[in-house]
Amino acid sequence: MFDQLLFYLDFPFVRYAIIVGTLISLCSSLLGVTLVLKRYSYIGGGLSHVAFGALAIASVLKVTNNMFIILPVTIIVAVLLLCGGKDARIKGDAAIAMVSAGALAIGYLIMNIFSASANVAGDVCTTLFGSMSILTLKSTDVYLCVALSIVVLLTFVLFYHKIFAITFDENFARATGVNVNLFNLLIAIIIAVIIVLAMNLVGALLVSALVVFPALSAMRVFKSFFSVTIAAAIISVVCSLAGILVAILAGTPVGSTIVAMDIAAFLICYITNFIRSRRI
Amino acid sequence: MIKCRNLTLGYGCKNIVNSFDYEINSGDYLCIIGRNGCGKTTFLRGLAGILRPKSGKIELCDNLQRKQIGYLPQITIAQKDFPASVEEIVLSAFQGKSLLLPFYGRALRERARECLALTRTENLRKACFRELSGGQKQRVLLARALCAAERMLLLDEPVTGLDPESSQNMYSIIKELHEQKKMTIVMVTHDVEAATKYATRILDFNEIVK
Repeated sequence: MFDQLLFYLDFPFVRYAIIVGTLISLCSSLLGVTLVLKRYSYIGGGLSHVAFGALAIASVLKVTNNMFIILPVTIIVAVLLLCGGKDARIKGDAAIAMVSAGALAIGYLIMNIFSASANVAGDVCTTLFGSMSILTLKSTDVYLCVALSIVVLLTFVLFYHKIFAITFDENFARATGVNVNLFNLLIAIIIAVIIVLAMNLVGALLVSALVVFPALSAMRVFKSFFSVTIAAAIISVVCSLAGILVAILAGTPVGSTIVAMDIAAFLICYITNFIRSRRI
Repeated sequence: MIKCRNLTLGYGCKNIVNSFDYEINSGDYLCIIGRNGCGKTTFLRGLAGILRPKSGKIELCDNLQRKQIGYLPQITIAQKDFPASVEEIVLSAFQGKSLLLPFYGRALRERARECLALTRTENLRKACFRELSGGQKQRVLLARALCAAERMLLLDEPVTGLDPESSQNMYSIIKELHEQKKMTIVMVTHDVEAATKYATRILDFNEIVK
């Protein structure tokens, strides 16, 4: 089996998949902690459906690189959802549910009406579940992904304490003079970028898992924000690597294998916490 | 210390506090009472600078600066199971001081420790916030407000939901801060009995709204 693995690692597309998978799962888990604690767990799902809708429009318009449409549209929706805040007429979860279902429906409709491809169902399935698209990445996709991930990671590290202050208590942060609106905007943009990237890895329907599972697993076991963040990052990267390798060796779909690994990690953390609390 | 002139506060198109004039003096222990929804918290949010006045002005006098005012908001549901250590929470109070503060120096850590000592929570420094009792949580959040404040504290229902012993503890800490540290206290409360006992001034919002 080890030989087989080495054999596969010789192919550049396998190496690309591993690099991209690691980076995306790292970024999504870092932001995931904040999103879960801000009660925006489902925003990953919502935004990925928006990205799907944008993808449909991009493919109808036959744009050379569909990123130019998907990324701005998703960022705008993310900003509207996260920064509309408490004064908005339709708030939080309702707005996310509405946007996500709406975008999915419109996207599928457009694909059906205008599609040039013979296999609409196949195309849709690929975007929704990621299928093997991670294994067919081009080197330009990889460079884009690496560059964006580095930007996301740097922003997170530099503003880690600010992000903590805003996540824990937005009102207090505002009272002490933190520019809360600016950082909320920043978080919204980052999360939109991550979700668009993560769609390549696990597909639109499973993006939520990358955002939510590592954070929740780490929160079972660890007690400070710092340790939760670090643990979520490690759990997420390990699960993604394991998922990609298993998928390659066993020929299973990449996205769902990664999510299955995340579920396993969550169960382990849950049981660990359960046993520990029993003992005390 | 703070002068409100013709102040109007509200959310959306609804006004909650209407053209209101008031002065808070240095050294006051002011308790704001009144029934639910009469605008006590809104007024406090205005003073804290979270809510912009729709019209009128909140003037800071006597060289009082925004960053010398500490604010203790009501605890939110999300915070109750938040995975964070007490130290992380208290240190987060310093984030308003500069745009980029990726590390906390020794001076800030020392100051955080002093504030924890003032609220009798020094021994909880490494504890996990979500595992504390209600009273301990409030005292930690008070310590965080203290880190941000040098001269004035705005407290939003600091004893709501606490048992008599914890509330007593909280009141005596606030009294100490007022008397020994010479801090100006503005407290929103439903506990009229304690308000009359400790406060030097009482502001009844029921009368203003009418």
